[in-house]
Amino acid sequence: MEHLEVIRATMITPTSNSGENCSVSVFSLKDFLSSFFLVELLKGMRLTGKYAFRSKITLEYPEEKTPLSPRFRGLHALRRYDNGEERCIACKLCEAVCPAMAITIESEIRADGSRRTSRYDIDLTKCIFCGFCEESCPVDSIVETNILEYHGEQRGDLYFTKEMLLAVGDRFEPEIAANKMADARYR
Amino acid sequence: MIESIFTFGQGLVGAGWWTGLAWPTIWALIKVVLVLMLVLTAVTYATLWERKLLGWVQIRLGPNRVGPWGLLQPIADALKLMTKEIVRPTASDKFLFYLGPVLTVAPALAAWAVIPFGPEIAAANLNAGLLFLMAITSMEIYGVIVSGWSSNSKYAFLGALRASAQMVSYEIAMGFCLLIVLMVSASLNLSDIVMGQGKGYFAQMGLSFLSWNWLPLLPVFVVYFVSGLAETNRTPFDVIEGESEIVAGHMVEYSGMSWAMFQMAEYASIWLISILATIMFLGGWLSPVDSVFFNWIPGWIWLGIKTFGMMTLFIWVRVTFPRFRYDQIMRLGWKIFIPVTLVWLVVIGAWMQTPWNIWK
Repeated sequence: MEHLEVIRATMITPTSNSGENCSVSVFSLKDFLSSFFLVELLKGMRLTGKYAFRSKITLEYPEEKTPLSPRFRGLHALRRYDNGEERCIACKLCEAVCPAMAITIESEIRADGSRRTSRYDIDLTKCIFCGFCEESCPVDSIVETNILEYHGEQRGDLYFTKEMLLAVGDRFEPEIAANKMADARYR
Repeated sequence: MIESIFTFGQGLVGAGWWTGLAWPTIWALIKVVLVLMLVLTAVTYATLWERKLLGWVQIRLGPNRVGPWGLLQPIADALKLMTKEIVRPTASDKFLFYLGPVLTVAPALAAWAVIPFGPEIAAANLNAGLLFLMAITSMEIYGVIVSGWSSNSKYAFLGALRASAQMVSYEIAMGFCLLIVLMVSASLNLSDIVMGQGKGYFAQMGLSFLSWNWLPLLPVFVVYFVSGLAETNRTPFDVIEGESEIVAGHMVEYSGMSWAMFQMAEYASIWLISILATIMFLGGWLSPVDSVFFNWIPGWIWLGIKTFGMMTLFIWVRVTFPRFRYDQIMRLGWKIFIPVTLVWLVVIGAWMQTPWNIWK
C-alpha cells in the first residue's frame, strides 16, 4: 500500500502553467477551450499549408544532377602518358592492396625490356570502390573516374579487362586529368 | 436546354411504348452514365491531386513523369491495376470475397444519383434526397465487413471489426449534423437545401456567402467534416487500414482491380462528403458575392470550386495529422461529437422558436 502511495505521488506532476500545484485531473477551462476549438490542430495545418508553397528540393535526376567531387570514386580507368605509352608498370601494389580481391594482374617482359602487364582485370561485381588501388598506384595509372552511369546486362559485362579499362582512360583522359589537377593541392 | 433534349428524344418515335417506357429508361441510363463518368474521372484525378499535394507539403514535386505535370499518371495506374491478376486466398469464401469490393463501391457510386449539380440538374431529384443519402452511405460498411470476413485472414478481420465499429459510431454524429441542416432548411430535397441558403439578411446585402449554413451552423459544419473523415476512413481516422499494425485492414488480401475498387470507393466517398458539405453548408452552386461577374460564372463551376476546396481540405488534414489511437477515436465519436451535436440540435431548435429565427 505504501509503495502505491509513493508511485502515485511521483506520477502526479503539475501540468498547468498557472503556477499553482495542481494534479492531472483538474479541469482547466483554457485547455478545454483550446482543444475544443482545435487551436493546435489549426496551427499544425497552417504550418503544413506554408510548406506546400515552399520551393521544392527535388532534383529531377536525368535532367539535373548533383555536383560531384573530383575525388568521386566511380568507374575505373587505366591511363596513358602523353606519348601513348601506358602508365602501368605491373608493380601489383593495387592487386595487393585490393580488399575485395577484385584485381587480377599478370605481367611479362616486353620486347624493349620493360615490365608490362599482359593481363589487368577488375571484376566490378567484386569491387567495393574504396579507391585503395588509386591511392597505392605510384604512377597514377589506375584511377577511378566520375562516371557512375553504366550498367551490365549479364554478369560478365561488369568484368573489365585491360583493353576496356584503357579504352575508358583514353576516352575520358581530359576529365581525369582535370580532376587529378583539381585535387593535387590537397595530396 | 436539358428539357429540350429530353423532348427532342421523345419526339423521335411517336408510338406510346417509346414516349412512355423506352425513352425515359434510355434517358435515365444516359444520365447515369454521365454522372458515373464525371465521378470516376474525378476519382482518378483525386489520386493524382492527393499525391501532388502530399509531395508539395513534403517539399517534393510529386508525380511529374507520366505526361505533362504527371497528368497521365492516373491513367497509367488504372492500366496497371486492370492488367494485374486478382489473387484469391484458397481458404477464402469465393462468392463473398468477390462480392466485397462490389458492395463497397456500389453505394459510394449510387449515392451520386441524388446529388444536384445545379438547379434541377440531378440524375434523380428526389424529395427525400438526404434520407436516401444516409441510407445508401450506411451500406458501405457491409462491403468492408464482407470483404474482411471472407478473406479468412486475421488482419483483414481485425480491420473489418474496427471499420464497422468506427463507421457506425460516426454515422450517428453525422446523422445529427444532417438532422440540424434538415431542421433549418425544412426540406430533405438537396436542391431546396441549397436554395434555402440563398436568402437572409446578408444575402440581401449582397454578401450571400455569410448567409450560407456554415456560419450559423459552424460547430455542426466542423463536426460534419470530421465525421466525414472518419466515415471515409481517412487519416487521422484510418486505423482500419492501419498499414503499420494490420497492414491494410480489410484490403490486405485483395489485388489488382478488386483492390482498386476499394480505392475507388474511398475517393468516391471523399468526393461525396465534399460535395455534400458544399451543398449543405457552403451554398452549393450559389455564387458567394452578388456581383455581375460572380453571377456570370455558371453555378456548376462554383459547385466544382467549393467541392474541390473541401476535397483539398481532406488531403491537407491527411498530410498534417498522425493517426489517432483507436480508443481516442471512439472517445471522440461517442463522448464529444454526439453530445455536441445533440446540444447544438437543442440550441438551434430553441433558436428557431425565438423572434430572432433567421431561417424563416
